[in-house]
Amino acid sequence: MARLKSNRMARKEAITGYIFASPWLIGFVLFTAYPIISSILYSLMDYNILETPRWIGIKNYADLINDRSFWLSLGNTCYYVIFSVPLNMIIGLSIALLLSMDIKGIAVYRTLYYMPSIVPLVASSVLWSWMFNPNFGLLTHAVRFFGLKAPAWLSDPNWAKPSLIIMSLWGAGGGMIIYLAGLKNIPRTYYEAAELDGAGLWKKFIHITLPMLSPTLFFQLIMGLIGSFQVFTQAFMMTGGGPNESTLFYVLYLYRNAFQFWKMGYASALAWVLFAIIMVLTWLNFVVSKYWVFYDQT
Amino acid sequence: MKSMVAAKSNAPGLLMESGWQARRARRKFFTRAFVHLILIAGSIIFMFPLIWLISTSLKPDTQIFKVPPELIPKPFMWSNYTRMWTYFPFLTFLKNTLLVVVLSMAGVLISAPLVAYAFARLRWPGRDFLFMILLGTMMLPGQVTMIPLYILFNEWGWVNTFYPLWVPAWFGGGAFNIFLIRQFLMTIPRELEESAVIDGASHFKIYWKIMLPLINPVLTTIAIFQFMGAWNDFMGPLIYLNDQAKYTLSLGLRVFQQQTSAYQSEYGMLMAATTIMVIPVIIFFFLGQKRFIEGVIITGMKA
Repeated sequence: MARLKSNRMARKEAITGYIFASPWLIGFVLFTAYPIISSILYSLMDYNILETPRWIGIKNYADLINDRSFWLSLGNTCYYVIFSVPLNMIIGLSIALLLSMDIKGIAVYRTLYYMPSIVPLVASSVLWSWMFNPNFGLLTHAVRFFGLKAPAWLSDPNWAKPSLIIMSLWGAGGGMIIYLAGLKNIPRTYYEAAELDGAGLWKKFIHITLPMLSPTLFFQLIMGLIGSFQVFTQAFMMTGGGPNESTLFYVLYLYRNAFQFWKMGYASALAWVLFAIIMVLTWLNFVVSKYWVFYDQT
Repeated sequence: MKSMVAAKSNAPGLLMESGWQARRARRKFFTRAFVHLILIAGSIIFMFPLIWLISTSLKPDTQIFKVPPELIPKPFMWSNYTRMWTYFPFLTFLKNTLLVVVLSMAGVLISAPLVAYAFARLRWPGRDFLFMILLGTMMLPGQVTMIPLYILFNEWGWVNTFYPLWVPAWFGGGAFNIFLIRQFLMTIPRELEESAVIDGASHFKIYWKIMLPLINPVLTTIAIFQFMGAWNDFMGPLIYLNDQAKYTLSLGLRVFQQQTSAYQSEYGMLMAATTIMVIPVIIFFFLGQKRFIEGVIITGMKA
């Protein structure tokens, strides 16, 4: 008798489980699984929405390799990522370190540094476009204040990407919050023991702070890479990919192929290459991580 | 023997005492002062763009282009903030944005906890496997599904409507949110439900009466994240909305920006419009600051 009851209850629970989870189950099939499969198929076709799709096999991928703009957009994106991510991390970590020195008013400072990172990207783009104005922008005034000649910022092919990188540093407060939490988790006793052994600030940083923080740094690095690889809005709003395509980033190029040239098949192939690149980057990071990421055994 | 405990000296006393304890305390004081100095300088640098934004939004166009630049507007052009509603259909943009934001927030807050409860508390075949899949979807860049979703929504006749922007939120509200709630639910002790189970309460009753009230903090965090995500969304409206009358604030601001650069005028009003787009986000942030930062940390630390 008891066994029958528990079977019935188990079945009822299972059915309830499916019902409760059904929004996600249905949504997953409709908005994730089906699109993933069709995306793979579209990438093997020539499709411009108006006509019926035409099967062309891996031609999109072959075209990609010979596409100058593909390599250009990839290079631009890599340039942006290589500078933006480490600089963001260094600044965020530095501020967190300063704040963790147990000083008064930490909540105020934390808010001030964090606020820029929640400003909508569209709004930031408008603001920073104005700040980068070659004649009247705030940054131009600042540079001239020091007696230097101001570059044309977003109008200069050599300065457009660096300008966007500078703009991205405004959001360094986002990482700062996470590093602050990580720093709080490092037991004081480690530092006290080191001080007793006569360790100075730098030694404490290298031998305690960095290793204990390394999982957090690792996670931020990966998230930073994945996020900044998809840079789009700033380029779209501020430079349109120029000047001379110096800010033609990968996702911008993808967007153009899909929604301006209506080459859905080619754009799908670009999307999958993006996915592959991100996967490889993440995997490489995991491989390298065993040399520098330290997981506390306590 | 001198005690190993550092003496608590006050600043004035510092300058008078000698000995290694006083020297060390003095060094600590100056280090702290130095740190504060750097932090204050940094805060000014980080806040200045926002200050400049508001300053420019209140300046007349003539003063905006003044060299050298001035911080205080002369006179205060409040009219920038009043004229902008008629200059551009900003009220419409705001209404559209609010529509999408409210509907998508509702969708997330209703469906995400339900799904999370199924993963956290109910036992059903395939549950753990499907949870792994859920986690997997978090790693997918949006661009992979963006195009086929557009094609799908196009077939449904949903292009140039708001549906693609809020309907998906009703189907679980995103793997991220489900994951967050599920993790939180896992920390709640089972005893709380067990007495209700013995009393014969249905799963839904347990969910509704016991679990939901307990996960309020997480729901607040998610509500804030969702608000900000929907408010700031650019790519979604960009590809799905074609009529200007349907534009959200992000698209509307874009159009305004293009027009301002084309005619080289009304920069003040453009900045006012930008400020209007920024303020609600900052308000929401201040309201839910504690929860928001908790949420950021949990996802940043425990993933």
